[in-house]
Amino acid sequence: MTKLTLNGKAITVDAPSDTPLLWVLRDHLNMTGTKFGCGAALCGACTVHLDGVPTRSCVTPVSAVESRKVTTIEGLSGKVGAAVQRAWDKMQVPQCGYCQSGQVMAATALLAKNPKPTDAQISEAMDGNICRCGTYRRIRSAIHDAAKQLERSA
Amino acid sequence: MSANLEVTRRQFLKATALAGGGFMIGFRFGGEAVAAALDPNAWVKLDADGAVTLVCQRNEMGQDVHTSLTMLLAEELGVDPRRVKVVQAAANPVYVNNLLGAQITGGSTSVRDAWETLRRAGATTRVMLVNAAAAEWKVPASEIRAQDGELVHGARKVSFGAMAGAAARQPVPADVTLKAREQFAVIGKPLPRLDGADKARGKTVYGIDVVQPGMVHAALAACPVLGGKVASFDAAAAEKRSGVKKVVNIGEGVAVVADHYWTARKALGDVRIQWDEGPTARLDSAAIYAALDQAKDKPGAVVKQAGDTAAAFAKGAPVEARYTLQMLAHATLEPQNCVARVSADGVDVWMGTQFPQGAQGVAAEVGGVKPEQVRIHPQFIGGGFGRRLDLDLVAQTVAIAKAMPGTPVKLIWSREDDMTHDFYRPPSLHLMRGVVEQGRIAALSTKMISPSITARMFPGFVKDGLEPFMTEGTANLTYDIPNLDLRSVIQEVGVRVGYWRSVSNALNAFAIESFIDELANASGTDPVALRLAMLDKMPRQRAVIERVARDSGYRAKAGNGRAFGIASMECYGTHVAMVAEVSGGADKVKLEKLSVCADIGLAVHPDQVVAQLEGGAVTGLINTLRSKIKVKDGRVVQTNFHDFRLPRMSDVPPIAVTVLESGGAPGGIGEVGVPLVAPAVANAVFALTGKRIRSLPLEDGGVTFA
Repeated sequence: MTKLTLNGKAITVDAPSDTPLLWVLRDHLNMTGTKFGCGAALCGACTVHLDGVPTRSCVTPVSAVESRKVTTIEGLSGKVGAAVQRAWDKMQVPQCGYCQSGQVMAATALLAKNPKPTDAQISEAMDGNICRCGTYRRIRSAIHDAAKQLERSA
Repeated sequence: MSANLEVTRRQFLKATALAGGGFMIGFRFGGEAVAAALDPNAWVKLDADGAVTLVCQRNEMGQDVHTSLTMLLAEELGVDPRRVKVVQAAANPVYVNNLLGAQITGGSTSVRDAWETLRRAGATTRVMLVNAAAAEWKVPASEIRAQDGELVHGARKVSFGAMAGAAARQPVPADVTLKAREQFAVIGKPLPRLDGADKARGKTVYGIDVVQPGMVHAALAACPVLGGKVASFDAAAAEKRSGVKKVVNIGEGVAVVADHYWTARKALGDVRIQWDEGPTARLDSAAIYAALDQAKDKPGAVVKQAGDTAAAFAKGAPVEARYTLQMLAHATLEPQNCVARVSADGVDVWMGTQFPQGAQGVAAEVGGVKPEQVRIHPQFIGGGFGRRLDLDLVAQTVAIAKAMPGTPVKLIWSREDDMTHDFYRPPSLHLMRGVVEQGRIAALSTKMISPSITARMFPGFVKDGLEPFMTEGTANLTYDIPNLDLRSVIQEVGVRVGYWRSVSNALNAFAIESFIDELANASGTDPVALRLAMLDKMPRQRAVIERVARDSGYRAKAGNGRAFGIASMECYGTHVAMVAEVSGGADKVKLEKLSVCADIGLAVHPDQVVAQLEGGAVTGLINTLRSKIKVKDGRVVQTNFHDFRLPRMSDVPPIAVTVLESGGAPGGIGEVGVPLVAPAVANAVFALTGKRIRSLPLEDGGVTFA
């Protein structure tokens, strides 16, 4: 049994302690917005926020999130997340869309920490997230756009 | 595979005959059952409450068919495309892709194939609605307009939904008039992707996300050597694990079925399997390329011939070169998966597939039922690129589900399974010979040697050694060259190969467009001028080259640590040219920019035409920079994204896209951005460093990219 806070709600999960958080979310909780891509922290599709920090849920055993706060794409809220998703809409980023939950979570974590990232800082923060369709240019534009939105609303 | 296709093709012919040119209308309206809902031709459904649904005949895998095809329907129907609900079509002969002969999403054909069909479906529906309103209101049909989902006559208005029941009883018009281009209100106009917002919010349901009541989970250990089989296995330890339901031998591997995926995956590690590795257990990459090389003296099949190359070569001093391309995995980000349930009334399959009709055939064969007893439930696809034309997951999942009657079983491959059990892009060898006279190529011969995908999947389409998907990139050569001899040789090498976005266009374009650069350099001709000189009969091809050269700031000799490379071709009915700009030097090359100009004829959804060219260019970088699949001891060496290195954000330079629309109908676009990246970059690297790299990926040829 693992107790954690998921998207603001205290929950208890009955899964073997070595089960990756990814599979607890997808299989035990039917929250399929977080995606399985590689199982080895190489692609970023499974990115969630663990106490606000972007984390690869595919290599994070559920036991490691005991008493911690997990946010998934389903629970993304607040002005940074909203700005990122608006920017994603404006720039028409997704193609197949499979990586986009992870991209949005990574971008939100970046902007929460660094509200006005440079191109180099965006590359550094986002290089762990593969987009197999190749939407990278639009992801970059969308992050800049979200930063501008946040600047205006600050 | 072939047998299944034959079955489905027969079904198609039967359905066509049945419809007798009247689509599915007779079938749908044959009974009295249709009273309140209008379902005129299998693509559009109007409900009494006003809901408009497009049954989308092609599968959404990122290429925008949901939105683009909706726009075609909405244009003629007279509805706001944002109000159309899109559902994915099941397997049905009415949805056969006329450009491919089966219900397949691929070959950059979706919009081209739907261009007439869906506009006609919209117009037919509109005419029936208008005629129903005319009858009811006792006014001439010509005075009624259909707009924004309403029928309007003077001050009178009624929603499509309210008239749907009456419209369904109207005769189907024998012919309808389609709008002229200048009348378009939807086609060619800006519109957000209908599936875009959900995808940015994690709400889209892909095959891997499917949940069915009582579903169990499977993980599979397949023979590490492709084509190998299970010799024996011991599952005693795995079966003792809590949550494990069953261990199933499906021949090519052993599956563990459990209550949760992680339970199945872990228990799989406890299964001890002895493999019969089969005939390719010693295969390696060197043997694969040696097999291609040994086929170089075979005459091969003639793709295109003109003049007398032998005489032209004897007269001049021909340049010769050989090019090779690597094997590649598709590496869709959504790993392969499938859900199947085998029950007394047939087989249900939930999956992301590019080939629902083939999935139906395979599920029927493995499930031991008739194709009509198989229900395919196609889902959003988390990347296709050709991988999801193959049906191995259907066969595997149905085989496992057969052992669990009545229970839905979800099989998910690990990334390692996916990387090591793909149908790989074929390795290829290209032998080139050419001679330039007076600023034009006087003679060109090419021989492409490669295993055949089509011989495995659709053998009926390979005739006299000619493979329609191996001749892509040569059969469509744009240049006017008086003496030509373009050939292809099918040479099997012991690995299974599959269609990979842009297929042989990418293979042949790298060889041909690099070699033309070689000929330009050998003869001291400007690479752009040499191409333009051979395109007098191809004004659209000339135009894309001239435009991209101008927009990119192309110069044959840029100097100051900068260089440009150009490449051009026609593919999928679209004319395209690309310029790569690089900087740096021999030790390290920086890719500064890719510029692409494509003349697509007519862009249905302009922003997504741009998106496909951008994404296509990044896919081209996979093939160009460093990705490769190697084989050793019969096993694929690369296992995950650490050693199958895909482009990441920092690898991707600015991509400038220009779209021209000088035709009367849309060309293909999904694959157009891919093939020219490698030759454009290789040509730029040569211009920068003087080093000609004739094999992909370029990093293996001694270039390091910054």
